[in-house]
Amino acid sequence: MRPRKLSRRATGADAVFAHGARAVGASVLVITGGVGVFLAWQAYPTLQRYGWSFFTESAWEPDQDVIGIAAVLVGTISVALVAMFFAFPTSVLMALYISEYAPARIKSTLVSLIDLMAAVPSIVYGLWGFFLIMPHAAELALWLHKHLGWIPIFDVRGTDPDAATWDTTRYVASAFCAGIAVAMMVMPMACAVMRQVFSQTPPGEKEAALALGATRWGMITAVVLPFGRGGIIGGTMLGLGRALGETIAVVLIISPAFEIKPNILEVGTSTVSALIAGRFGEASPAQLSALLAAGFVLFMITLVINTLAAVIVNRSRSGEGVD
Amino acid sequence: MSTLTPDPVTTTPATHLPTYDEDAAPAVPRSALGKPTPDQRFARIGSWVGGLGLAWLVTQRLLPLDGLPWFLIAWFVLGTAVTAVTAAMTGGLVEVKDQVAESVITGAALVVVTAVLSAVVFVALRGWRPLTNLNFFTDDMSGVGPKDGFETGGILHAILGSGIELGIALAITLPLGIGTAVFMTEVGGRFARIVRTVVEAMTALPSIVAGLFIYTVFIVALGQPRSGLAASLAIAVMMLPIIARAADVVLRVVPGGLREASLALGASRWRTVWHVVLPTARPGLATAVILGVARGVGETSPVLLTSGAAGFLVADPTDGAMNSLPLFIYSTVRSGEPNAITRAFGAATVLLVLVLVLFVTARLLARQRTGPSRFRSSRIRKGRQ
Repeated sequence: MRPRKLSRRATGADAVFAHGARAVGASVLVITGGVGVFLAWQAYPTLQRYGWSFFTESAWEPDQDVIGIAAVLVGTISVALVAMFFAFPTSVLMALYISEYAPARIKSTLVSLIDLMAAVPSIVYGLWGFFLIMPHAAELALWLHKHLGWIPIFDVRGTDPDAATWDTTRYVASAFCAGIAVAMMVMPMACAVMRQVFSQTPPGEKEAALALGATRWGMITAVVLPFGRGGIIGGTMLGLGRALGETIAVVLIISPAFEIKPNILEVGTSTVSALIAGRFGEASPAQLSALLAAGFVLFMITLVINTLAAVIVNRSRSGEGVD
Repeated sequence: MSTLTPDPVTTTPATHLPTYDEDAAPAVPRSALGKPTPDQRFARIGSWVGGLGLAWLVTQRLLPLDGLPWFLIAWFVLGTAVTAVTAAMTGGLVEVKDQVAESVITGAALVVVTAVLSAVVFVALRGWRPLTNLNFFTDDMSGVGPKDGFETGGILHAILGSGIELGIALAITLPLGIGTAVFMTEVGGRFARIVRTVVEAMTALPSIVAGLFIYTVFIVALGQPRSGLAASLAIAVMMLPIIARAADVVLRVVPGGLREASLALGASRWRTVWHVVLPTARPGLATAVILGVARGVGETSPVLLTSGAAGFLVADPTDGAMNSLPLFIYSTVRSGEPNAITRAFGAATVLLVLVLVLFVTARLLARQRTGPSRFRSSRIRKGRQ
């Protein structure tokens, strides 16, 4: 007698479930993947027409048939770098404080506070940055220009820092001001990832370090930081991905300027998303295709950064069952 | 103590219970382990007080550094320096590093908390005035100019618009997002891996690009007017990968033992998912969805491109321009009139409160995950019948 044949094929309600779930998955694949494919398809004519000059030209003048994203790309990256300059140290230190230093009573409050900070709408940070921070940021910019103006990125053209009355308008609405507001947005994201990884540090190793006589900082440098390195890098890159795509706070703060400028303190810059938000209204189909191409390039950059971040976070020792 | 000492001659060896001594001094409480001793506490507080004095001396008397920011910076730097010196008096380089690291980390945490609170308090302080008028919640902005006072006009249309747009977006993303997550975790296979890769990749989509996509397809190519529906579609495109991915993470941490137990008892896969996996993950799923909603309600850029800002109440999402809270804030603050800006801050306060309520709800739902709930066991019983 031959053994009864076993079939893993779903029958009855299970078959309906499996196929229904597959159909839902397929439709989501079509929707989400469709967006990416559509962007690429729409971007293609523009990229073909302008070629490499699309990446090297800094002006955006569709009327004269001159279109390029060099300036907005540089602006996007400079805003994101300013944001990471502020967000990286604060998020690492805040994550360390929550996981290692905070008294047990306020720990959960701080965790909620960081999560809440991530949920605060970006327009609120835009208002905060524009009305509260920008005047102070301008003063800081003046101080930096006065004392560190010999470094090219801190130079502000067209104004004298030692003049009796300083020209405020040259120091506001800059990549620096926008970067501060964006930093507030990406800090909680990066901090949440880092905190999670730090909190997964095996307590046995921490206690071993303390039992061997390490101070708390010694324990952190010997155990927590090496263990959480993947989380630090991954969280930072996730934050960077968000910083590159941030729109509304940047649009509120900057005054648009299409120029490749390393002078982050100087008025005027532009980012890819600000370009889209500013120009979509009056765009003809061809210009819309150009905007879509710019959006596609931005998407590709954030995609690469997010993928790298995911790979790094998954590869790190964190999360493995260490006993 | 003499009562405790037995007399070796008259008594046979026996165990003596110590009696309570009324006159003895109270026992010294053991200092808690890990807590700083009074010495350490004195050194720590004293260093910061010393830093405060030095900061006053440096900023107010020695150097021309006026203003609160300089004073705080000086206090932090000098306080850390004094802490380092006091640490060096009792220990070596290791102790100095430890103390300096502790002050820097605590200082950074204080800066972060201050920044968050400053954002929330600043918006609420600038925006509380319009909130005191009831018509701010019951009226729309039709016929109200940017210079008009707060006794006319309100943001009812923006609140309603946000609600309708989010409702439609949720009606699309909730079944699709959670269905995809169920497919990825419970059905699996090579195709599921492809879906997971694509969904994870699309979480990187900047929200403005999602808006531009809907603008190009729905408004330019299909010739539809700007409407609440277009805005909901844009929000849905943005939220779908976020919710699908978050739900996937939640479903993946459901213990496999529960699934196997259910399958071993003879339940079908469908019953396992419906009666075991989803109820177990319910609080986590609710949290994922609510956080996605909080993200969606505050996102301005997709709405900016697709909905158009109407100043009046629109209840039909297919009927032309429709306002929403973030868009109202953005367009009002751009007008530059002081009254309009205050109104925008009022709307921002409402938006903040809304996000806060959503957030607290998510937290409360996430917390109640211990113990088999009455709801779940009754569902299982019903399933057995």
